[in-house]
Amino acid sequence: MPGTWITTRAWLLMLPLLVVMIAVIGWPLVDTVRLSFTDAKLVGTAGGFVGVDNYARMLGGSNFQRALMTTTWFAVVSVAAEMVLGVLAALLLNQQFRGRTALRALMILPWALPTVVNATLWRLIYNPEYGALNAALTQLGLLDSYRSWLGEPGSALIALIVADCWKNFPLVALIALAALQAVPRDINAAALVDGAGPFNRFRYVIMPYLAGPLLVALVLRTIEAFKVFDIIWVMTRGGPANSTRTLSILVYQEAFSFQRAGSGASLALIVTLLVTILAVAYAALLRKAAGAS
Amino acid sequence: MERRNPIFTAFVYACALLLAIVILAPIGWLFVMSISSAADLSAKPLNWWPDEIDLSRYRTLLSTIENSAGAAFVASLLNSLKVAGMATLAAIAVAIPSAWAVSRTPTVSWSLYAVIATYMLPPVALAVPLYMGLAYFGLLNSVFGLALVYLTILAPFTTWLLKSGFDSIPREIESAAMIDGARLDQILRLLTLPLAAPVMATSALFAFLLAWDEFFYALLFTSDLRAKTLTVAIADLAGGRVSDYGLIATAGVLAALPPVLIGLVMQRALISGLTSGGVKG
Repeated sequence: MPGTWITTRAWLLMLPLLVVMIAVIGWPLVDTVRLSFTDAKLVGTAGGFVGVDNYARMLGGSNFQRALMTTTWFAVVSVAAEMVLGVLAALLLNQQFRGRTALRALMILPWALPTVVNATLWRLIYNPEYGALNAALTQLGLLDSYRSWLGEPGSALIALIVADCWKNFPLVALIALAALQAVPRDINAAALVDGAGPFNRFRYVIMPYLAGPLLVALVLRTIEAFKVFDIIWVMTRGGPANSTRTLSILVYQEAFSFQRAGSGASLALIVTLLVTILAVAYAALLRKAAGAS
Repeated sequence: MERRNPIFTAFVYACALLLAIVILAPIGWLFVMSISSAADLSAKPLNWWPDEIDLSRYRTLLSTIENSAGAAFVASLLNSLKVAGMATLAAIAVAIPSAWAVSRTPTVSWSLYAVIATYMLPPVALAVPLYMGLAYFGLLNSVFGLALVYLTILAPFTTWLLKSGFDSIPREIESAAMIDGARLDQILRLLTLPLAAPVMATSALFAFLLAWDEFFYALLFTSDLRAKTLTVAIADLAGGRVSDYGLIATAGVLAALPPVLIGLVMQRALISGLTSGGVKG
């Protein structure tokens, strides 16, 4: 008797959450699937069934393929840079020096800055006429004439990645720092006495403690980076010449700018599927890592 | 832990200085822009520190004279407060009973994974039906509609955080009270919830920050002063034809102030949240 009653009671307590989740997540997701097989417009026409036409058109189109490349490039480069910079900053913050506590506190700032404010800030820094980057590089003699960092297809994506990294590497650093502080001092000291160099100590003493938390950070950051919208929309809107148009920007344009709800929905589900594959692959990786340690 | 040789010490201080500059320079520049005159900001070579500190933009943005730039800014500030506040309260309200149930009932703990999985969903996967649904109920361009949509993000997130909070409260305390004859509602009200109060406060603040930061849904579902949030207002300023960059910077400083203050005050909770993987980047 008690077992079933406790389970029933749990479901009753979860009822409000389940109702909310079905209303704002479950139903919209199912409806996105339905819409993806129609030629519905965002307003007005409900649209008729068109089978897999939307999927075929979207997957075959050059826009999708290019956006997929741009998204992958953005995610891989920015997450890799964030991981490397984050670990380096954490190793530094784990040393003894005066002002360490204050520097640790500073690391919170980029994380706390709202994404849109960060994007706006960097847009101002990159400004082609009055931006601080142009001014600083010119005054240091590193640049002959002002450049339009966000206005040239060759530099826009890199400029976005720098802005994204600046906001997110401190988060990785804080996660890595917490892991470093869990490394027992005597093990490290023993390795030192045994004559292990800095590289070997990092590889064999510190890395085992760092791997788990870093992997979690890697998973969360990659998925976030793959879904990226805000920073790109505010800084370039996917331009110039669509050189920074990621998948989320493409879905936005298809579904909302062009009001093609049907094909927009199919594109959104393709993105969802890609994110899911990424998440499942990472989950398997995490399980393997947990089993290994 | 390292040998204290002077070259290594100098290297550590040089790196620390570099890191401090990397972190502070962009934020510092945002602040300097907000207090520099338009002439200083368009000077070539650029004036890195204003000749005269100009606080007029803060007055402009925080004034409530009708139809001014300030009135629009203040309205969006209030909208952000309303939307984030309502969404946070609603999320916490539905999350508390569910998080407790999941924490205390092993047979339903799998459902938490289903809840967390939705957190991975890209917002674009829900946006079109949500738009049509809000339009149908007349909730487009409404703070209530947007707060409702924010539950897609906040409800799974707070449930997750609260569940780990309840996990850290020993269930033996509850069983002991049960044996002493207390009813479940008494146990929750007098024992568990007060013990969980710090976790609830932390979760609420994180949820509030997430909602304050949100841009995508706000961009889609709001269109004017009645519901437009701060993030959309700032993106408008940045993307529009505002010629005074200092004004944009000032709006940025004001929008960043609450989360930055919360972040600095809550450092400890933040870092323990980060290490358990519970906070979105």
